[in-house]
Amino acid sequence: MTPGGWIVMILSVGGATALLAWCLYKVLSTPGSEQHLHGQVDMHTPDMDSP
Amino acid sequence: MQDFRPRDSWTSRIGVILAVTGSAVGLGNFLRFPGLAAKYGGGAFMVAYLCAFLLLGLPIAFAEWSMGRYGGRHGFNSSPGIYRLVWKSRIAPYFGILAMIVPVCIYMYYVYIEAWCLAYSARYLFGRMDFGADPSGYERFFAQFVGIHAHGESLSTPGEGLLGSAVFFLILCFVLNFTLIYRGLSKGIEWFCRWAMPALVVCGLLVLIRVLTLGTPDPAKPDQNILNGLGYMWNPVKPGTTFWQELANAEMWMAAAGQIFFSLSVGFGIIITYASYVKKDDDIALSCLTACAGNEFCEVALGGLITVPAAFVFLGPQVVQNPPGTFGLGFMALPHVFSQMPLGNVVGFLFFFLLFLSAVTSSLSMLQPAVAFLEEGLGLHRKASVALLGFITALGSTGVVFFSKDLLALDTLDFWIGTFCLYALAAFQTILFGWVLGAKSGMAELRRGAEIHIPESLRYVIQYVTPVYLFVVFGFWLRQNIFAAGAEGQPNRLRQLVTDPVAAAVMIFVAAVAVLFGLFIAQAVRNWRRAEAAAEEVAI
Repeated sequence: MTPGGWIVMILSVGGATALLAWCLYKVLSTPGSEQHLHGQVDMHTPDMDSP
Repeated sequence: MQDFRPRDSWTSRIGVILAVTGSAVGLGNFLRFPGLAAKYGGGAFMVAYLCAFLLLGLPIAFAEWSMGRYGGRHGFNSSPGIYRLVWKSRIAPYFGILAMIVPVCIYMYYVYIEAWCLAYSARYLFGRMDFGADPSGYERFFAQFVGIHAHGESLSTPGEGLLGSAVFFLILCFVLNFTLIYRGLSKGIEWFCRWAMPALVVCGLLVLIRVLTLGTPDPAKPDQNILNGLGYMWNPVKPGTTFWQELANAEMWMAAAGQIFFSLSVGFGIIITYASYVKKDDDIALSCLTACAGNEFCEVALGGLITVPAAFVFLGPQVVQNPPGTFGLGFMALPHVFSQMPLGNVVGFLFFFLLFLSAVTSSLSMLQPAVAFLEEGLGLHRKASVALLGFITALGSTGVVFFSKDLLALDTLDFWIGTFCLYALAAFQTILFGWVLGAKSGMAELRRGAEIHIPESLRYVIQYVTPVYLFVVFGFWLRQNIFAAGAEGQPNRLRQLVTDPVAAAVMIFVAAVAVLFGLFIAQAVRNWRRAEAAAEEVAI
C-alpha cells in the first residue's frame, strides 16, 4: 500500500461516508421530510390495484 | 397519482431513510463493483469511477427523477411515453426501445446471479460449504457450479444434488419473482427488504472487520497479505505501469461509467418509471441524493474494502487480475473469509441470503418499466404483461445458463447491455433533459419541492460537461475497438461479435427482443395518437 493508495482510499471511503452522513442529517433535521421524501420501496404503482 | 402511506413522528423518518437507501443496495455493490475494480486495476479505476459518479451518475440521476415526475404529471408512466412527451418528434418514443431492453436483458443474467446468492445461502444453512483444509475447494466448486469449463456444464451436478444445481436455484428465483409480481405481492417483499438492507450493512461491517484483521493467513505466501490486498485495490499506480498508461484505457472509463449507472439504476428506465408516480410538489432532489449516497457507501466503503482485498489475500494476484466474469470474484473470495470467522456458517448464510433479498427487490424493479409500458401503451393487463416478460426473460436466461464457458453469455450481456446500452441510454437522456426539455425547465422541475439547495452550476454540468464527457469517452472507446486490438489483456468487443458465435448469438437474440419492443412501441404510438385525437374532438 503506497502513500497514494492510502490517500485514494481515505478520500474515497471518507467522501462516501461523509456524503451519506450529510444526507441522513438532512433527512432527520428537515421538518416534514417523512411526508415528502420517497424511495423506490414505498412507491405504489397504480396497476397493482387492478384485479 | 402516487398513494403513499401516511407517516408521522420523528422515528418515521428512519423509515424514510430505510426506504430511500434500501432500494439502492444490491448485487452491483458487493459483487459487480469489486469485479470491475479488480479487472481494470483498482486505483486507476477508482479515479474514473469518482469522475463518473460526480459528473455523470448524480447529474443524470437528477435528470431522470425530474423527467419521470414531469411525465407523471402529464399522465405518462413509461419511458417511450415520457420521451414522446418531452421531445415532440416521431422518433422520440423509439429511443424507448433501449429503456425496455436494458432492464429486461439485464434481468436475464441478474436473476442468475440472484440464484447463486440463494444457492450459497442454502448451502451455508445446510453446512455444505465446508471444504475442509483444501483452500482451492471454493474455486473448484464455483467453477463447476456455474460451468466455467464448458458450455452446458452447469446443467449437471455430479455428487452435489439439488444444492449444487445452479439451474434448480434459477428456477426457484424465476418462480418466486414472477409469482410476486404476477400476484402483486412485490410490496410485501419490499417492506421486508426495508429492514433486511440495514441488516445486510451490519453483516457487511462484520465481514469488513474480519477482512481488515486477516494479516497474512498463509505464511508460505507472505506477499498475499491484507496490506498488499488493499494496495491492489487503492494504489493509483501499479508496478510496471504509469498512472497515465492506466488512465489511457477508454474501456475502463466506459466500464466505470457503466458501473455507476448500473448501481445507481441510472439509464435503466427504472428511475424514470418510478419517479412518474411521485406527487407534483414532493421532494425528488434529496430523495435522489440520499439513495445515491447510500449506494456509494455500500459500494465504496464496504464493497471496495471487502471483496478485492480478500480475493487478493486468498486467491492471489493472478486470479484477481483475470476474475471469472464480472460477478464471480465475490463467490470465490468471500467463502474464504467466512471460513476464517467465528460462526462463519451463520454469517455466510446471512450475508448471501440478505444479498439475495436485495437482488429480489432489484430484479422486480427491473421488470416494472416494461410492465408499465405494456399496460400504458398496449392496454395489456398486468398479468398478461408479466406473462409475456416471463417468456422473453426465460428464453434469455436459458442462454445465459447454457453458454457458460468462461461465463461468456453472461459477460457479453453484461458488457453490451449492462455497460454499452446503459451508457447509450444515459447519453440520450442527458441530451433530452439538457437540450430538448431544456436545462432551465428541467432544473425548475428538480427544484419544485426540493428539500435541499440545488446549485445553479448543476445546470451547466448537465448541459455541457456530462454530454461532452460521455461523447469523448465513447469516441476513444470506438477508436480503441475499431482501429486497435482492444485494451491490453481484454477482448476486442466489436471483433468478438464477428469471431465468436456465442457472443454473436447472444446479441442476435437481444436484437430480436429490440425489434419486438420496437413493434410494441409503434402500436403504442398509434394508440396514443388515437386517444389524443379523441380527446381533441371532445374538447371541440
